[in-house]
Amino acid sequence: MATLTPLHSRHLAAGASMVEFAGYHMPLLYTSIREEHLAVRGRAGLFDLSHMGEVALTGDGATDAVQRLVANDVSRLNPGAALYGVMCNEGGGIVDDVIVYRLSGGYVVVVNASRRFRDLEWMREHLPADAELRDESDATALIAVQGPRAVDIVTPLTTAPIESLRPFHFQGGDVAGIHCRISRTGYTGEDGLELYCDAEDAESLWDALLEAGTPHGMVLAGLGARDTLRLEAGLRLYGQDMDESVDPFSCGLAWTVKLAKGDFLGASRLRELDPANPPRRFVGLALEPRDVPRHGMAVSAGGQQVGAVTSGGFSFSLGHGIATSYVPPELAAEAQLTIDIRGRQAPARRVPLPFVRRPAKTT
Amino acid sequence: MPDLSGYRFTSTHEWVRRDGGEATVGITDHAQAELGDVIFLDLPQVGTQFEAGQRFGVVESVKAASDLYLPVSGTVTAVNEELRENPERVNKSPYEDGWLVRLSGVGEGKVELLDEAAYSARLEE
Repeated sequence: MATLTPLHSRHLAAGASMVEFAGYHMPLLYTSIREEHLAVRGRAGLFDLSHMGEVALTGDGATDAVQRLVANDVSRLNPGAALYGVMCNEGGGIVDDVIVYRLSGGYVVVVNASRRFRDLEWMREHLPADAELRDESDATALIAVQGPRAVDIVTPLTTAPIESLRPFHFQGGDVAGIHCRISRTGYTGEDGLELYCDAEDAESLWDALLEAGTPHGMVLAGLGARDTLRLEAGLRLYGQDMDESVDPFSCGLAWTVKLAKGDFLGASRLRELDPANPPRRFVGLALEPRDVPRHGMAVSAGGQQVGAVTSGGFSFSLGHGIATSYVPPELAAEAQLTIDIRGRQAPARRVPLPFVRRPAKTT
Repeated sequence: MPDLSGYRFTSTHEWVRRDGGEATVGITDHAQAELGDVIFLDLPQVGTQFEAGQRFGVVESVKAASDLYLPVSGTVTAVNEELRENPERVNKSPYEDGWLVRLSGVGEGKVELLDEAAYSARLEE
């Protein structure tokens, strides 16, 4: 039996197509993935992300705990700042990718819904005696407003100075009279805000945001658009693009690994690797307009399979297929690659990630 | 919803509307809803001859690529060129603007053709 988010009845009332994802009943789409995707790129979209897990770490040992669990360095984080990082196992494989929020009295680690129970087990196992861990996932709702109009939509609902909130920063504040953690983060490649609130306030916040956003052309957006948006933005998806067998260097996440900070889980193995020359290389591939790559399809060079599509799909912004894959590091950058699309070798061009970059703000 | 009394349906979710020796073929509303947004269609050349039940194209959607099977036999006289630029017509109007191909010299083969009530009943199963 799948779990319902606090906004479940809102999704049903809006006519969403629901899917089970990571044990939750989630909206896949409300009208059309294409329309929702383009609305987020051009205006704004409203997402229910209450399935995500929130784990609070407090106590004198909280900083030590996070430093031990996460490969990034949180010692330089001030309260009100957040960072992206990975938790690694002893073998250097990625247990999960997370956002760490630095609060005045500790940390909140936001984890993938699909990894929540594995993460909790892992975190408890490696928790220093003077740190406490609390799973706040069920009590917390997460609503994201993403897109170029997001800040304009939320501004009239709050006295918090969100316009001056920098990316990967957050603050407490009331939005439509509901206490939230307001965070300038997202998973779409657009400007936007993620609002964490108590589960019981989720419906009121959702309704207020929807009312404020509709005149701006904001639409409800489901997991389908979230996936196509994050793929265009070159953002990795746990379970497809990475798992416990993949090290963060291979995944292109060396920038999140701070070997100099001291000991942490997985550090000894990661120190044996060359961050600039990892065992595998995570690459972006662009295809012809009518070739749509899917997860699992074989990637070949010179007739030899060299990898498989980890994430793939049609880019609504670019008008052609895009994919990510691991390839051997010795493969020349200019090697001609193909993807086996139902028996046909479709040419694939290596392109830098992200596939789609948000235009610089002109105001 | 258009009047579907003149339409016949296959268990693979195509429809055919016959007009004497000619016919128009598309996919059903159920099919478009299951596929999600159509990204593009691979459709045959005008002049190609097909047997009933033969694969005549592929529809690529956000979710997956799916083969298209012809409900009847015949020769392709037209493909819906509008779908090149506007594939979403298949989602918005699967029974009218989103038609796929027109055929002449139409005959029936071993494909079971269901009327609307029987097709609806099949979907309930």
